[in-house]
Amino acid sequence: MIQKELCQIISQTEIAEDIFEITVKASLVSQIKAPGQFVHIKVTDALDPLLRRPISISSYNSVKGQLTMIYRKEGKGTTKLSEMKPGMEIDILGPLGNGFPVEEMKIGETVLLVGGGIGVPPLYELSKQLVAKGVKLIHVLGFQTESAVFYEQEFLKNGETYVTTVDGTYGIKGYVTDVIKNLGFDGIYACGPTPMLKALEQLYSNKKMFLSLEERMGCGIGACFACVCKTAEDPSGVSYKKVCSDGPVFRAGEVVI
Amino acid sequence: MNRLNVELPGLNLKNPIMPASGCFGFGREYSQFYDLSVLGAIMIKATTVEPRFGNPTPRVAETDAGMLNAIGLQNPGLEKVLSEELPWLSQFDVPIIANVAGSLEEDYVAVASEISKAANVHALEINISCPNVKTGGIAFGTIPEVAKQLTRKVKEVSKVPVYVKLSPNVTNIVEMARAVEEGGADGLTMINTLVGMRLDLKTGRPILANRTGGLSGPAIKPVAIRMIYEVSQAVSLPIIGMGGVQSAEDVIEYFYAGASAVAVGTANFVDPFVCPTIIEELPVLLEKLGFEHISECKGRSWKEHGKLTHHRA
Repeated sequence: MIQKELCQIISQTEIAEDIFEITVKASLVSQIKAPGQFVHIKVTDALDPLLRRPISISSYNSVKGQLTMIYRKEGKGTTKLSEMKPGMEIDILGPLGNGFPVEEMKIGETVLLVGGGIGVPPLYELSKQLVAKGVKLIHVLGFQTESAVFYEQEFLKNGETYVTTVDGTYGIKGYVTDVIKNLGFDGIYACGPTPMLKALEQLYSNKKMFLSLEERMGCGIGACFACVCKTAEDPSGVSYKKVCSDGPVFRAGEVVI
Repeated sequence: MNRLNVELPGLNLKNPIMPASGCFGFGREYSQFYDLSVLGAIMIKATTVEPRFGNPTPRVAETDAGMLNAIGLQNPGLEKVLSEELPWLSQFDVPIIANVAGSLEEDYVAVASEISKAANVHALEINISCPNVKTGGIAFGTIPEVAKQLTRKVKEVSKVPVYVKLSPNVTNIVEMARAVEEGGADGLTMINTLVGMRLDLKTGRPILANRTGGLSGPAIKPVAIRMIYEVSQAVSLPIIGMGGVQSAEDVIEYFYAGASAVAVGTANFVDPFVCPTIIEELPVLLEKLGFEHISECKGRSWKEHGKLTHHRA
């Protein structure tokens, strides 16, 4: 069930340039069903910014009732959020959407987790759960530049990890696809910019693959029809999926990206 | 004592609070949060004859104290609304106001004729003010004679009272209100969104794929209040007011302006519980302000002082 809760901030750290990790106390973690779900955050009671911010859950602890999110400080809302201190409260609506199906990958299979930029965070909880299950992981994380890189060490604990930067200032120069072409694997989970997801879908259509999409959202619960996309079986017709409530994770080939 | 019940053509409302069309879908999503029977009414998403996908994305952009949307009347079409959405809504004790849209006059007539037969549809809201579709919508809502004609045609076929949703994107809102009154409308709903635009700081291009969109939220409330203030004095039709309503205080302000009921739009996206919260807070606020019943607030902005003092040339 979706809950609306005032959550107290436990900690907030800038873990890379303009990238913040925030942990809050939240009883709504008990409602989380899968990694890859997100929450909708209202950073102020004031009228500006008015709308909530969809932010993905990077990890959670059901026992402690804690939720960790990683976001990029970009606009008015996330700037305000980044200035908030431990002890302060934020209004969280969630958990929302459908996450990555952990059950789709079997013990002994090798699975690629591919993240691009601010698409990396939801893969962390997924990585933890897949490792616990006994799935072999290879992480490929793409960033713009060295100062934007985060969570490399955390992912390394769970398996082989490659980092790419577009400008070559850290790790392998290039895009995630430049690394993936040399790897062997059974399936892919990915989250990141649309061009990255498109490339993966085209190059590895023979693999089991789940993609987390991003779209501008209004309500976050499926009522406003802001974040719709076409379905692959009816690309020019009227059938649709809502990224917020049918997604954000879709099986590759299910929707037009 | 019920301080909130309101009688309007076709609508016997337990309270004057209802979600606005397009901001509540067909109610399913919000039924996860509360019992929809607490609402005064529900204005369902615009229905057209055929299913519509709507506009490309991005469809929304945030603005200062508001948002722009260009959804483009996405809806499952008349047949599905009749066979699936309205029957599903019938489990709740709440009257439905069906928003009717189209590209041509005959589209409106076709939808109005069929949807007004549904048992839980107690009134229609004729959408002559959607700014986000290429044909129809606002094209019917900016020329008084055209709006009047469309109202008349819809009235001829509708089994329930007809409210016309006015666009604020006109030079003379009173003239539009008078035209639809002459066309036989039973009530007005106002205002729809104001046409606006936002540009991306990096690309310089409009954020919305549709380029322009409809501005809603607290930013437009003063415009709505002014228009309702003017229209409520010029016509004898009841008005369901909307535009940036977020609180019980906002509702009272709408009543003062001349509204008889109030719809809540964008605020549902910010707080899914906003409608029941307002409904709970209204009696307390009325008590505080010294009113026994919400109807006493209606038109207070102009009634107590008399019309003439405001209209001296």
